[in-house]
Amino acid sequence: MPSFIVQFDNVRKHYQMGLVTVEALRGVSFRIAAGEYISIMGPSGCGKSTLLNLLGCLDRPTSGRYLLGEQDVSRMDDDALSAVRGTRLGFVFQSYNLIQQLTVVENIEIPLYYQDRPEAESRAVARELAARVGLADRLEHKPFELSGGQQQRVAIARALVNDPLVILADEPTGNLDSTSGAEILRLFDDLNAQGRTIIMVTHDLGVGQRSRRTIRLRDGEIESDSNPPGDFP
Amino acid sequence: MIRGLSIAQLRRTVRLGFKGLWLHRLRSLLTVLGIVFGVCSVIAMLAIGEGASHEAQEQIKNLGSQNIILRSVKPPEEQKVSERDSQSRVLQYGLTYTDVKRIRATIPGVTVVLPARIIREYAWRISRRVDCELVGTVPWYPEMRNHPVATGRFFTETDMDGRANVCVLSAEMVPALFPLEAPLGKFIRVGGNYYQVIGIMAPRARTAAAEKSAETTQVPSARVFLPLETAKLRYGETLMRRRAGSFEAERVQFHEVTVKVDQLDRVMSVAEALQRLLEYGHKKKDYAIDVPLEMLKQAEHTKRIFNIVLGSIAAISLLVGGIGIMNIMLASVTERTREIGIRRALGARRQDIVLQFLVETVILSGVGGLMGVLLGVAIPFIVTWTAGMKTIIVVWSPLLAFGISALVGVVFGLYPALRAAQMDPVEALRHE
Repeated sequence: MPSFIVQFDNVRKHYQMGLVTVEALRGVSFRIAAGEYISIMGPSGCGKSTLLNLLGCLDRPTSGRYLLGEQDVSRMDDDALSAVRGTRLGFVFQSYNLIQQLTVVENIEIPLYYQDRPEAESRAVARELAARVGLADRLEHKPFELSGGQQQRVAIARALVNDPLVILADEPTGNLDSTSGAEILRLFDDLNAQGRTIIMVTHDLGVGQRSRRTIRLRDGEIESDSNPPGDFP
Repeated sequence: MIRGLSIAQLRRTVRLGFKGLWLHRLRSLLTVLGIVFGVCSVIAMLAIGEGASHEAQEQIKNLGSQNIILRSVKPPEEQKVSERDSQSRVLQYGLTYTDVKRIRATIPGVTVVLPARIIREYAWRISRRVDCELVGTVPWYPEMRNHPVATGRFFTETDMDGRANVCVLSAEMVPALFPLEAPLGKFIRVGGNYYQVIGIMAPRARTAAAEKSAETTQVPSARVFLPLETAKLRYGETLMRRRAGSFEAERVQFHEVTVKVDQLDRVMSVAEALQRLLEYGHKKKDYAIDVPLEMLKQAEHTKRIFNIVLGSIAAISLLVGGIGIMNIMLASVTERTREIGIRRALGARRQDIVLQFLVETVILSGVGGLMGVLLGVAIPFIVTWTAGMKTIIVVWSPLLAFGISALVGVVFGLYPALRAAQMDPVEALRHE
């Protein structure tokens, strides 16, 4: 068995908008091996978001197959998908998506909370990760007391807390100035160097160039895939 | 619906709920106000209602539920006549010896007949005077009317036969006549005759209603009890009342006759028989029949209606409170759409979201219910303190009110919680 952690086989996604059927993805196939750093690029409306939602198990494909690890997640029910999201995926969003009324540690803990992990244990893990992203002194702060870069680092810590198979990042630097954006990208580089698989959706060519592989989408199809892995890497 | 829910998770959800609500203290407080007042009014109204009906029932029970009380009533036509030409006239009306004899002889199930004569008089002790009712009655009065003697004794058959000049005072008369001395063995003067005090009745619970109705047969407070034979000897059957320029006289043999029925379920039929018997014997309607059992039943009926009305008011107010909570929770769900999306993306199942919002609603209504209970228990005390009304907090009423308010939380929380859980995570995350 090749050690692919993501396999898309001819995945299609259609949306019914009134009478019109919109084909957001028309047969997308690719494979991702463990430890890759991939950027997904393309003009708006090309299906990037749809692809990310499918990768993130937030949505199910209309047809085709999606294997995450050894699991076929394309036909799972809602609860099973929630479990997959909670245990195998980490999300980093453009707008950070922290819960405003919770503190930094509490935000980092959320994925573990839904896995029903003991409180003391998840608290310890969250503290450790906060320290790793350089926020050891901000544990009890609320998100609105932090800068954008700091908030995004909280989000990255949160994405790491459940030790996921894949980290999905949706324009993680889109809301940041260039300095803090660069910091965040460096953090992603470090994580990849430690063996994390990262899939990042971005507009920014400079951001895209840091990754080792770029998948370009156009009109719901893959236009180019710069560096696909071989069958037996 | 809820799978794999651990106690630890529930505890954390509850804590999270408290935290979230505490963050919006004012809003939470305003939200639960409906429940607070609903619960509080139920408890307070029940307590006041229960107090009032208890008082009424207590009073009726004092008359004895197996008793039927016949009273002499001055017929209305005669009253008019005596108003018009208030000259020397002797009114003759009311219950007679013949009536009593007939009742005893003809109606089965009647155990004791207790006749009484009631005369308004002044009772004197040296220079103290008390307006009172002189009651000529029989030795078994205390046991029949559930009115025991507190000190001394009631008069006996011997006193009756010997027409002894003895009397028993009601408790209310003692402080007025004997402020400084023990009354037993002393003499009081009533209408020119002296009577030795041989006993004091137990005080009756003085209630607002009793004071109001003191003039009727029920429980006049100032009474002097004499042996019936003594009263007959001293006063005869004709009662004279002098007024300026004229005098009127009444001839009444018995003012009151109490009939005790041996079985409770026969009371109503005996009352009917008495009614017929008296109808036959009296040309005018110069008597009245009081059936305490009937009054008791009526009081219970009234109470039932009262409780139904109260229950509807309570139901409506709790419904309104529940709708208020639901409204706020729906707004809260919309406001927190994004949070729901985030939580779903991070692994929350639908049931986790349902639980989160349901727990919040139940906390709201539960805390509201608790506040309502505290307030509702406090209000009757305040009412008793300030208005002097008797109130009784029935044990089950706070429990019931609290239980219903918690139930309201579940019922009205379910819809917003389900709506939150049904959201598509992708849509929810996109929500601004």
